[in-house]
Amino acid sequence: MMKLELTTDEQIFADEVRDFVARNLPADIAEKVRRGAILGRDDHMRWQQILASCNWHAFSWPKEHGGPGWSVTQRYLFENICGEMDCPLIQPFGPRMAGPVIFSFGTEDQKARFLPGIRESTDWWCQGYSEPHAGSDLATLSTRAEDDGEHYIINGQKIWTSYAHYANWMFCLVRTSNEDRPQKGITFLLIDMSTPGVRVDPIVGMDGRHSFNSVFFDDVRVPKENRIGEEGKGWTYAKFLLEHERIDNAALGVTKQALERVRQMASVPIDSATPLIEDPIFSSRLIAIEAQFASLEMTALRVLSAVNSGESPGPASSLLKIRGTEIAQQISELALEIAGQYAQVRPSMNGTYDCAPSGPEQTEMAMTNYLWKRAMSIYGGSNEVQKNIISKRILEM
Amino acid sequence: MDLQFSTEQNLFRDTVERFIREDYTFDIRSRIIANDEPYDDMWRKIAELGWFALPFPESLGGLDGTAIDLNIVAEGIGRGLVIDPVLPTILAGLLVSRLGTEQQKEIVIPPLIEGNLKLALALSEPGNRYDLNAITTTATHSADGWIIDGHKALVPGANNADRLLIPARTESGEIGVFLIKPGIAGLTIRPLGLHDSTTAADVILEQVALPDDALLGAEQNARSALEWVFDLGIAAATGEALGAMDSLSKMTLAFLKERKQFGRPLSENQALQHRMVDLTIAVEEARSSALSAALQVTVPDYATRARALSLAKIEINRTARTVGQEAVQLHGAMGMTEELPIGHYFKRLTAISGLFGTSNWHVHRITRIDAASRDQGKK
Ligand SMILES: Cc1cc2nc3c(=O)[nH]c(=O)nc-3n(C[C@H](O)[C@H](O)[C@H](O)COP(=O)(O)OP(=O)(O)OC[C@H]3O[C@@H](n4cnc5c(N)ncnc54)[C@H](O)[C@@H]3O)c2cc1C
Repeated sequence: MMKLELTTDEQIFADEVRDFVARNLPADIAEKVRRGAILGRDDHMRWQQILASCNWHAFSWPKEHGGPGWSVTQRYLFENICGEMDCPLIQPFGPRMAGPVIFSFGTEDQKARFLPGIRESTDWWCQGYSEPHAGSDLATLSTRAEDDGEHYIINGQKIWTSYAHYANWMFCLVRTSNEDRPQKGITFLLIDMSTPGVRVDPIVGMDGRHSFNSVFFDDVRVPKENRIGEEGKGWTYAKFLLEHERIDNAALGVTKQALERVRQMASVPIDSATPLIEDPIFSSRLIAIEAQFASLEMTALRVLSAVNSGESPGPASSLLKIRGTEIAQQISELALEIAGQYAQVRPSMNGTYDCAPSGPEQTEMAMTNYLWKRAMSIYGGSNEVQKNIISKRILEM
Repeated sequence: MDLQFSTEQNLFRDTVERFIREDYTFDIRSRIIANDEPYDDMWRKIAELGWFALPFPESLGGLDGTAIDLNIVAEGIGRGLVIDPVLPTILAGLLVSRLGTEQQKEIVIPPLIEGNLKLALALSEPGNRYDLNAITTTATHSADGWIIDGHKALVPGANNADRLLIPARTESGEIGVFLIKPGIAGLTIRPLGLHDSTTAADVILEQVALPDDALLGAEQNARSALEWVFDLGIAAATGEALGAMDSLSKMTLAFLKERKQFGRPLSENQALQHRMVDLTIAVEEARSSALSAALQVTVPDYATRARALSLAKIEINRTARTVGQEAVQLHGAMGMTEELPIGHYFKRLTAISGLFGTSNWHVHRITRIDAASRDQGKK
């Protein structure tokens, strides 16, 4: 029977999560998250390892692969509570991306080698898909992998690789064949970032941050035991992953928290006028976004619930990605509206100002966040590509 | 009615555009930001083009130009993403020419026109947002002159200014504007790093002692002059935003035609064609809003002028948002980088939307003006 209320067990679970976070989240990290500041590798790893201490880092994994085996409701509660309590977002590259591919398609040996490092957050993974000429049209990627007996020899370039400079492992799509359809010659490899011939060059974002990179491969030797599944079948594994990634990219826990933050921000008066929250013109925008978010959240729960009963998320994940990112972007626009001219001041890369901020404290990250949130409709398969998927696969147009 | 540029204006537009294209390239701009290019050289070049002379009366060495002429400059500044505080200096100069005594004008305007004096006007404080009447900086009169105390936020160009214009509340409760030379005791200039690479600073005044003649025009009621300069600021911002949008839209179109995915140029996708059409429409709307702002900024009646300028700013904010966001989106990840101009246009357009009033703020200004005129009608 359908119902929204939590069961007693679920309530106990929620209390347990709240209690754990309250006791274990380092105050300095929570403060950075609260201010919307930029977190370093150490901040993320420190928190993720704390979560791993009770096996909550890979919280979406089933028991058979060493995860906690939580229900959809438990995962939803966990993410929301973490958002509410200013926990950093768990970096998805290991537990949400590399992990599921490895436990779904990897060998027993690969599972034993790689899953513990992901569960315990001792490894940092990055995603090597995009290339300068293969963005939306990923299947035309051209980084070559030549067969050399026990190894592949990799040559080529990846681009936009998030946090490659933090990573010690990359899951990567390479071309092993040019025959047949482009999708068919793609192979999924796990690459140790310390292998000779791997070079990481930073790309600075317009918000001044260094998060993405170019990664160059110059005769990089990768043992064949690091290949996931069969040669030439990489596209299938990658697509499996993309559908899961899109649900995560809706980032609902974070968005809910952002909505709450913008409401708080609007409640503090900046000028002599009443706070914006009491201004009907402003609050009608805020509430319209909240209404859309409430409906999105219900859609997400519907999809997750279907996935839980064994269905594939399929094209519904595209819908979540489109709306989830749009709503997050609109929230960041509201913050800009509140901050007005004070949003102009740019914090330095580590989230502190080179100078003291000029306006009220709550305005300090408004523009950085706004600029950064524009990326949400570009990565993880752009929103245009998601619409193409819906029109082709659901609507058969 | 005539909405055509004159022959002279067309010639002037050409020189502005040529200067931006040849002498203020994205490369040169990047070098100015990195401090590799002597900043003063560019300032002098701009003065030689007559941009500073444009809006001032001939009696002070100016060219007696119109608000339309000024918007031609502003459009060029937007196109070139000019980071030098040209428009803020001009606005500050216009305030001096409106409020100042003959002597004050003589001291400030001719050297400004020649490029030898940079002026910065402080309209913001940390807590006033856009409310010119919410100024908390105080000016106390004593036997020796004035004592100023307060904090001004985000003063464009204050880092390198030769003179600052500081509005402050006098004991009468009115607002006067004070002309201050940096370097004076009690004055601190705290440079800020801004997202759009333009320059601004906070100015902190602690017991700054000034002679009597530091008060512009001995005028303790500068409120309506400040409102006028605020509206001039809107007009300049609309011109600048238009220039930035027009360039950004052209770059996006060129990119869509060049970038190939799925075996064909992006421009062959009908979904993207329509998006590009919407961008083009937005640029035309911005062009009309900028023109409307320039034509009405000279209207003396506050209500008529401010209402028109608020409408123009709301439109500019909307179109700047559309063009900026869409240009980034259509460029994909490339649009998110610091390396390409795209992100820089986007940042400047976003900053402009927050300068001289957000849309929400302007809706309220219009509502206030309309309520006041209804009240008057009743009387
Ligand atoms: C912040 C950020 C982080 C990223 N991190 C990673 C990472 O870790 N690893 C990784 O591999 N990649 C990463 N990416 C890259 C991302 O996956 C690509 O940017 C994305 O796939 C789009 O490719 P593109 O940038 O080349 O844009 P393009 O494919 O060139 O597209 C440009 C524009 O055209 C649109 N478009 C393209 N084709 C069509 C079509 N057929 N119909 C309609 N519209 C179309 C796109 O939606 C987009 O708006 C990241 C990107 C960003 C912005």
